[in-house]
Amino acid sequence: MTTRRTFLKAGGCALVAYAAAPRFLLRTARAAQANGKVLVAVFQRGAVDGLSMVMPHGEAGYAAGRPSIGLQPPKRDEADRAIDLDGFFAFHPALAPLVPLWENRALAVIHACGSPDTTRSHFDAQDYMETGTPGVKSTSDGWLARAVKTRPANPTPFRAVAMGPALPRTLQGDVGAISMQSIERFDVRAGSDGSVRRGFESLYEQGVRDLLHGTGRETFEAVKMLRSVNASHIPPANGADYPRGQLGEALRQIAQLIKASVGLEVAFADMQGWDTHVGQGAERGQLALRFREFGGALAAFALDLGSKMADVVVITMSEFGRTVAENGNRGTDHGHATAMLVLGGGVRGGRVYGRWPGLARHQLFEGRDLAVTTDFRTLFSEVATRHLGAPAAPLFPGFRATQSSLGLFA
Amino acid sequence: MLLVLGALAGCSAAAGGAGPAQPRVVDPSAVSAAQPAADRQILHALNRLTYGPRPGDFERVRAIGLSAWIDRQLRPQMIDDSATERALAELTTLRMPIAELLREFPRPDPKLREKIARGEMTRQEMQERYPMEKRPFRIAAELQAAKVIRAVMSERQLEEVMVDFWFNHFNVFAGKGDVRWYVSAYEREAIRPHALGTFPDLVRATARHPAMLFYLDNWLSARPDFIVPAGPNRGRNAGLNENYARELMELHTLGVDGGYTQRDVTEVARAFTGWTIDRPQIDGRFVFRPLMHDGGEKVVVGHRIPAGGGQGDGERVIEILTRHPSTARFLATKLVRRFVSDTPPPALIARVAATYAGTGGDIPAMLRVIFESREFSGEDAYRAKIKKPFEFVASAVRALGGSTDAEGGSALARASAEIGEPLYLAQPPTGYADRADVWVNAGALLARMNFALALASGRYPHVTVELPALVAGTDSRSPAAVLDHLLATIVANEAGPETRGVLAAQLTDPQITRLSTDDRGPANTDVAKLAALVIGSPEFQRR
Repeated sequence: MTTRRTFLKAGGCALVAYAAAPRFLLRTARAAQANGKVLVAVFQRGAVDGLSMVMPHGEAGYAAGRPSIGLQPPKRDEADRAIDLDGFFAFHPALAPLVPLWENRALAVIHACGSPDTTRSHFDAQDYMETGTPGVKSTSDGWLARAVKTRPANPTPFRAVAMGPALPRTLQGDVGAISMQSIERFDVRAGSDGSVRRGFESLYEQGVRDLLHGTGRETFEAVKMLRSVNASHIPPANGADYPRGQLGEALRQIAQLIKASVGLEVAFADMQGWDTHVGQGAERGQLALRFREFGGALAAFALDLGSKMADVVVITMSEFGRTVAENGNRGTDHGHATAMLVLGGGVRGGRVYGRWPGLARHQLFEGRDLAVTTDFRTLFSEVATRHLGAPAAPLFPGFRATQSSLGLFA
Repeated sequence: MLLVLGALAGCSAAAGGAGPAQPRVVDPSAVSAAQPAADRQILHALNRLTYGPRPGDFERVRAIGLSAWIDRQLRPQMIDDSATERALAELTTLRMPIAELLREFPRPDPKLREKIARGEMTRQEMQERYPMEKRPFRIAAELQAAKVIRAVMSERQLEEVMVDFWFNHFNVFAGKGDVRWYVSAYEREAIRPHALGTFPDLVRATARHPAMLFYLDNWLSARPDFIVPAGPNRGRNAGLNENYARELMELHTLGVDGGYTQRDVTEVARAFTGWTIDRPQIDGRFVFRPLMHDGGEKVVVGHRIPAGGGQGDGERVIEILTRHPSTARFLATKLVRRFVSDTPPPALIARVAATYAGTGGDIPAMLRVIFESREFSGEDAYRAKIKKPFEFVASAVRALGGSTDAEGGSALARASAEIGEPLYLAQPPTGYADRADVWVNAGALLARMNFALALASGRYPHVTVELPALVAGTDSRSPAAVLDHLLATIVANEAGPETRGVLAAQLTDPQITRLSTDDRGPANTDVAKLAALVIGSPEFQRR
């Protein structure tokens, strides 16, 4: 089967041009990004407890089911308490670094968001969220890849980048997305010996036009581009201090790629550790530590990019939420809806979007979970169409919006 | 255009005087760039039926004849593999029953984690209370090391290839809950004994294994009105779980377009209610619980299963599904994709499917049809498959005549993960894909080159790669002779003219060919670097 990507790699003239005129293309890529937008997707793997991330303190049903893990309602001038957002919702105290972004309206929350599919299986739900087709497993590509595909051609190897060892499902598809564990290590590691890299490069430069050689050429083009812009040496700006850990590292490097103007359009980062079945904690504890890293990384990213954030939107997502009531191990089990964040660009922040379904027993999904009132595709397609300018139709096949747009963008 | 070989039996004749195996590397002149058809067939078979040829394998197969060699590979119990067994001896968890693993590797005490989170306990104290070697993580780690050792060293290569194939077909994720304790027993009890047996046996063995019951949640599945009578979930309405039922049809037997409906999924799920795990954290044994079972009548893809069948319902479902023509076709497609091409030829699929139907799913019979087919020997199939990351790693070690101990196995397993295939850690029930476009991407390609470099430079201390032995007999002062020899050994002279040209050009690089001090020309060719380039070359990514 010849996919479009295979074809491009095998015979596309862009590749020939790469080999011939990288400098020219570098300029083109810069120009392309100058008026371009970047979408950064952050996946909270393992299902984050949205009711702890953005606590509904005005909701009567919240405290009852959570005797040991429930957050205390916010109290003015008292540290270590949940931070009130709008009189009804509050951030977890460990998300304090996000408060300035909320206050200057760069950050929005979408609550009770999730999938119309009822699965409580991590892998199915992640798969559905990444392909953008809930309930359909045969979808071959991811929705982020489809979003890139709908945009005008951009001759750079860095249109779509995932920080991590493998390409996530959402960037699979014929758009030539790159996965890398680190910018610094994205090279042939032969120390000071340049001959090996040159050797490998010539091996893939020559010969037949197939997927392997095409990818090889793209790879070395990307390697050279990264070296020429010296991306890994761009320091964080404005005193931004990224927390140590997976997400901080990923966002720090995504910011480097954006600042290096390599033509990035879509970036993806993972953060693990949200599957809190046991000993979840409340204001402090296991989950609080994850929130500290999560909020710290997002805040550092926004600070680091400064005015460039006008062209960047970050969206956070998780495959589902967790049970409203705590379980016998002071943790929570797999639930349904959760909360998602949207940050930057033209986002009308400082607001919690979505209809709140309530936590009374009859309002719960299957008698136990926060119900979904915003289909994640409503949110994703709004971000993709309004921020990236992608047409909605091919992004989410089979999706017919049953609710009006959220109005996230001005 | 097809490279018609005719009957495989013809090979042994073509091999000439079939003397004893000659354990030495390929003489470059023995396999010329224009390979005789029979020699190409041997190379092709070694690339497809094994984790890549080792130095000397070609000559060994030629000596006994390709057809006889394939026969032996199809009957692994006839092949002595005691050296591999010895290499595996130190991996003690491989042989432990589940109950013992559950005892030996207790689950982390949630209170310890809480203490760490609250800062009441340091990581150091945690280490002492709960040392690494007692953590359940070790079970999968040893299994990973064993998989590498077997792929690199086992003489029963086709069996290892098929164990990998069937594990992937009936995938479980070693990171999901109790599967961590069950995964090595799963491969040992459910997959390996049937890897070259019959397909219905594989379905039966996986269906009742605690690893599969846990991974696809069937152990929780109960008739809709069942209330849990005891334990932490006492009083809860457990209900029907369709996860296993759906994957059994979609991924294990009929295939996604195999002609079943949502109604069939529910019916199959009802049939399997009560197939569960006895004391999952103590015994971890299959048990049928009549109380959880839905005793009513079921109709599965048109077959009526009368009420009151008990445990027999699930067995009847397996019978129905494994006899279904969609299953024959689905399996034939996957096997042909593995052994022939990413785009499996329909005519061969049809013949393999017919063999499935005619033999009751006999795996060696299906494989034989593939190996003896024109499609397998055809020019279109020759070196047409891209190696999966694990295949690439194992084949590189084998090509350099290497061997490994358990620690080296773990290091190589990490290499496979870095290139994109962490072993036993495919999260979705689909397992890993068997198509080039999934594995070929920028980061992964660089990781392959970096692995080639690290391996050839001796940066895997527990993996013995004998480069001097590899080029023994060639004049190390003649870079061209060393290169010829490496190309013959590692890619059996199948490097394209471009690759050969690029590598030859490298020979003039002063960093590749170190100059001697006494000004008499190049003294020592940097064999490691040349070997790394050959292993990282496009040619070596193919099998």
